[in-house]
Amino acid sequence: MFLGRVVGCVWSTVKQADLQGQRLMIVQPMTPELKATGKRVVCTDATGAGAGELIYWCRGRESSFAFLPGEVTTDFTIVGIVDELRVKRG
Amino acid sequence: MATRKDPRLEGKKLLILKPVSPEGKDEAGYVVAVDTVSAGFRETVLAVSGSSARMAEGCKDRPVDMAIIGIVDDLSLDEGASPK
Repeated sequence: MFLGRVVGCVWSTVKQADLQGQRLMIVQPMTPELKATGKRVVCTDATGAGAGELIYWCRGRESSFAFLPGEVTTDFTIVGIVDELRVKRG
Repeated sequence: MATRKDPRLEGKKLLILKPVSPEGKDEAGYVVAVDTVSAGFRETVLAVSGSSARMAEGCKDRPVDMAIIGIVDDLSLDEGASPK
């Protein structure tokens, strides 16, 4: 799983039937120091995360498991909202 | 267009995608994807890759690793979210 921040959302009308009602969020991957890193991705959301929230997300086939027993065609999903982050250095 | 291909790909529309950033700028590379939503030329779409692509409608148990699953109507980005 990876850290990220919700930076936007996507609207789509014509899509796979199993994506109906799914929120599609644009997520910016972040370092533990909360610096943006890497390309932004479009994620489905299993948590109800809002704009600007720090979240963690997973990728790959496993990301659709967040919606079990439903089958959702997705390869990135927000699976948690970060409350607090502690990073120990050195 | 491809004539010789895996029989399980017959009848599937194959489109070439250019990845874009949320601002609509081109990113490196191209991919070939199976279209499941009748997307058209120059439309912005959502695609899934890897084994998730096989979950798309009509792609089950087929040799597919990239599928177009949605057409983007619009997107919004928070201010300051764009990298410099």
